[in-house]
Amino acid sequence: MNRRFEGLAGRAVMAAFTLAVIVPFAGIVLAALNPPGTIVDGLHWPEHPTLDSFGRAWSDAGFGQLLRNSAVVALGVVPIALVCASLAGYAFATMEFRGRTMLFGFLLLGLALPYEAAVVPLYYDLRAFGLTDTPLALILALVGLFMPFGAFWMREQFLALPKEMTEAAAVDGAGSWTVLWKVLLPCAKPALITLGLLYFLWAWNQFLLALILIQDPRGRTAPAGLGFFVGAHNIDVPLLSAATLIVIAPVVAVYLFFQRHFIAGMLSGAVKG
Amino acid sequence: MSTTTPSHRRDTTTRRAAGPAGDAPCGHRTQAPSGRSARTLRAGPGRPRSRRIAYLYLAPALALYTAFVVLPWLHTMWLSFFDWDGVTVGTGAGLANYREVLTDPALRSSIVHALGFIGFYSLLPIALGLLLAAVIGGRGGRRHPVSRTVLFLPQIIPLVAVGVTWKWMYSTDGIVNQALRAVGLGSITRAWLGDFTWAYVAVGLVGTWVMLGLCLIVFQAGIQKIDSSLYEAARLDGAGPVQEFFAVTLPGLRAEIGVALTITVISALASFDVVYVTTGGGPGDSTTVPGVLIYRLAFTNGEVGAACALAVVLSALIALIVLAISRITREKT
Repeated sequence: MNRRFEGLAGRAVMAAFTLAVIVPFAGIVLAALNPPGTIVDGLHWPEHPTLDSFGRAWSDAGFGQLLRNSAVVALGVVPIALVCASLAGYAFATMEFRGRTMLFGFLLLGLALPYEAAVVPLYYDLRAFGLTDTPLALILALVGLFMPFGAFWMREQFLALPKEMTEAAAVDGAGSWTVLWKVLLPCAKPALITLGLLYFLWAWNQFLLALILIQDPRGRTAPAGLGFFVGAHNIDVPLLSAATLIVIAPVVAVYLFFQRHFIAGMLSGAVKG
Repeated sequence: MSTTTPSHRRDTTTRRAAGPAGDAPCGHRTQAPSGRSARTLRAGPGRPRSRRIAYLYLAPALALYTAFVVLPWLHTMWLSFFDWDGVTVGTGAGLANYREVLTDPALRSSIVHALGFIGFYSLLPIALGLLLAAVIGGRGGRRHPVSRTVLFLPQIIPLVAVGVTWKWMYSTDGIVNQALRAVGLGSITRAWLGDFTWAYVAVGLVGTWVMLGLCLIVFQAGIQKIDSSLYEAARLDGAGPVQEFFAVTLPGLRAEIGVALTITVISALASFDVVYVTTGGGPGDSTTVPGVLIYRLAFTNGEVGAACALAVVLSALIALIVLAISRITREKT
């Protein structure tokens, strides 16, 4: 009896909180189905559902370009960051060298450092090199920002693999590079995919850095573009909702497809970037 | 997040490898110095050789991290001692910028707001998450896969989008007011984000909305790992659900609480996106946070030195609190 009550209460609680998360999303989906300029009053099924707001938002904000810029940044960040994080994680996990603890601690400091603390001089420094307004600046800055978590994550994965594997390969005469490339990385593939997905997500979602490092409107990323779009169309709810849905669609699609990986990563302490 | 686990795991693997010679190809390595080839000897037992090649593997990661995170941060510290508008030549200012952070009401209140956000981003979601996880029990996650997917959504989407969504939720025609009218509380409806008293609470609750799902699912995964015999023992001792929660669940989740606390406190203190989009710090200064002020001081007001001093104070604050959390959660495990 008690057990059954617990199951019922659990289901009710879960349903209530699922609903609390869904309502705002449902709100913007329904609002976006109204024609642009409609005054939307709360949660309502639109009288004449239409996709006009999406078309208008797409052309007004230039989302074709914005999404392309975001894709360039995200797809640039992921491979570079994965390579760097794997190499560093490998060294920290399998090699002995002077200063290992100190260097690892130095890297972990970055996990607690708020990025707004470094962004102001970063802008002026990059401007001095003529790198602002280029996707490269944003890509390299994000890779640097993502290194502490990545190196930590890959180190954990390599440590979890049985040591015998590396040693057997080393006895067979394999160099450190072959051991990493042929033995460890294939085994760590799921972890690598998870890290790649998290990097994609964080790179896509990054706002402040994108806002500051790329001032040129044509170079902006989708979230930064959305930020400016909000400023320009403060009261047009259908238009704003449609724009929001366009910006979140790619990450939601990737999330739904790979959610096991995302949840595994988040559960092991991945911070929202 | 803790760095103790991996080294434990490493020890056990080594011990396993050093065990009875029966366990395999690696037996040779750990057995004796009478080894077979020069290579095994060199890589062999005793103190492992320091390897210079490690630095090559570390170089790309450390170079990018140093160039784009550490050096700019040191530069922030340096700039915090100057009076600089970002264009002309700066002049030394000594500690004046820090004095401004501590005495200027707008700057000081941004720090107070950020600390207050810990209540909304951390304490509230963790308390609710613990309670809900206890009610749902450990198997909830597997039993409600759809809910799990949905509860994680706020963590996935860009915070700018969260901000835009909630800006409309809280507006005069928004869903919050619609819901209040539906339950007969029409008299308290208002434009929440334009209200001097309520804007701060409204923005804080957006943080709660973002973090709750994460906390709930982290705790649920943690409950699954608690030894079920502990619960049986508690029941045999006649413990009710409340005692069971305090005697078994809560201590069993200490590590998970530490992780959730670290993540949520950092996002509370470093919050920027949601505030920037929903209120921009207003009305007045009622919802300013350091992130928004750093941006405004440096790029709108031309007070780069003050922005940097605020950034340094914010980093120190976060470092202190994160350190305290890791101390507390580690000591007691």
